[in-house]
Amino acid sequence: MADEDIGKKLVSMMDIQKSFGKVEVLKGVNFLVGYNEIVGLVGDNGAGKSTLIKILTGVHQPDGGDIYFKGQKITIHTVQKSRDLGIETVYQERALSEQQTMWRNIFMGREITDRFGFLKIDNEKGETDKILREQMGFTSKAITTDSIVKSLSGGEKQGIAIGRALYFNADLIILDEPTMGLSLAETRKVLDFVRNIKENGKSAIFISHNIYYVYPVADRFVILDRGAIAGEFLKSEISQDELVERMVILAKTGKME
Amino acid sequence: MDMIARTGRARELRLELSILGVFAGIFLLFLIGNPRTFTSFDIYYSFMSTIPFSGIMALAITLVIVSGEMDLSFPSIMGFSGWVFAKLSNVLINSGTDPTLAIIIATLCCFATGLVGGALNGSLVITVRIPSLVATIGTMFFWRGLVNVCGQGFGETLVPVKETFLFKAFVGRLGNTIPAQAIWFVFLAVIFWLILKRHRFGTHVLIVGDNLESARMMGIRVHRVKLFVFMQMGFFASLAGILASLEVTYLWPSLGEGYLLRTLAAVFVGGTSVFGGMGTIFGTFIGAIIIGSLEGGIVAIGLTGFWTQLIYGLIIVVSLSIYSYFRQRE
Repeated sequence: MADEDIGKKLVSMMDIQKSFGKVEVLKGVNFLVGYNEIVGLVGDNGAGKSTLIKILTGVHQPDGGDIYFKGQKITIHTVQKSRDLGIETVYQERALSEQQTMWRNIFMGREITDRFGFLKIDNEKGETDKILREQMGFTSKAITTDSIVKSLSGGEKQGIAIGRALYFNADLIILDEPTMGLSLAETRKVLDFVRNIKENGKSAIFISHNIYYVYPVADRFVILDRGAIAGEFLKSEISQDELVERMVILAKTGKME
Repeated sequence: MDMIARTGRARELRLELSILGVFAGIFLLFLIGNPRTFTSFDIYYSFMSTIPFSGIMALAITLVIVSGEMDLSFPSIMGFSGWVFAKLSNVLINSGTDPTLAIIIATLCCFATGLVGGALNGSLVITVRIPSLVATIGTMFFWRGLVNVCGQGFGETLVPVKETFLFKAFVGRLGNTIPAQAIWFVFLAVIFWLILKRHRFGTHVLIVGDNLESARMMGIRVHRVKLFVFMQMGFFASLAGILASLEVTYLWPSLGEGYLLRTLAAVFVGGTSVFGGMGTIFGTFIGAIIIGSLEGGIVAIGLTGFWTQLIYGLIIVVSLSIYSYFRQRE
């Protein structure tokens, strides 16, 4: 990969390797995300999608390879570092604190405080209320900023995780299986969120093993299989049916064609 | 009702009202059982001078439990740091140091001992990855053993520091009536409440105890949070050691024994969840008063001391059942 390409991309992950014990999860993966591009990262369970993402967000450290962000070579030691760069993540596990209230969840890990570390609770609640109404579109009176997250539905919880990521105005939003366990209506809402990211000029990585959800919103597809890139397609190059067909072949034979 | 119960404030209010109900019920029984004793100041004076020792440790262990961990070693840390405090005071005074200076140095060294004890627990849990319940069984024996080895079973008098300013600040009597340790207890309860509910650190303790993985993914430095939690436990155990030994101006080598279960009982009677992620300082404060006043109260209403444990048991089981019932309905 030539250097000028790295300069044109928002994120370039080059030759990323990662093992957990004896299990080689990523075997030298090259993964790129352009400016204002929605990348669909697809692959079966255990393909290494989540691990690749957790390296980008600082949860895991790669065993080998380089990461470039906006053309600069970087190392992401901590989650805080990736956030400072402008990477927000909606994790598959949602990363919520279920026994806590909604406003604590929105600001977890980056509370609004005075210089002595005391919370500005009115600020946090006010901002949460804004996110609740403007970004999540919650209208039910039963849900307030003081609601305990455990009492909400799966879609509402996902709304918090996504609303939180959008609120902090990131350049890159990563959505790890955001439609898992959601109803059809809730899924549609999540897909609208992703389109919203594109319209706002930001980039996103949309991870899913369901092509029917990824295809309509993504610009490009990267297929990961057993820790390696099995194929990459622009949406203009491939129809949804073709993509599904190739995935089926891949699952059977381990090859894309 | 159900809709309201879904909010954080409603949950807290319900919990705090339940514990207040238990508290009011018990004191009502005391009042009916022995009106003369419970309308006079003396019994409250006695409560105020004895409850703060385990009460302060109950505040600290609340944070440990909220963070999803456990510490069984704090009574032993209390014992050893208390021994350091008393021994060092005496050694310094015997070698000609002014008592005022001696008690200051001894206090600082005592606090340092408590912090080291807490840091050791934290490291065993975080770095060596021993579950805290097991790790602190080990350190519980270790620190208690260290008192035995160092002290050889002997106590230490604290009479020489009795005239110092610090002595009065720790366990003096305000206006000749209110024990200073009771004021410390109330003051620290307010501070702990602020930390848990209004400070970033308390928020992180709640989140770490609620879901460790979520906390990590959202960039909270979970190891640092846990280390601080164990260290503050050690610190306040050492403070309790100073208070308890100064109160009787003598360091018993058994200092701390008997505190473990009572302190934990205060926290759980107060409504803090054993699963972590949820806790109430107000509950712990009231819980400590309930547990601390039972023994005296039971004797005062005319039952023999043999009843104490039975009633402890009843109150713990009843209050835990109430909280469990609420939790199911959430």
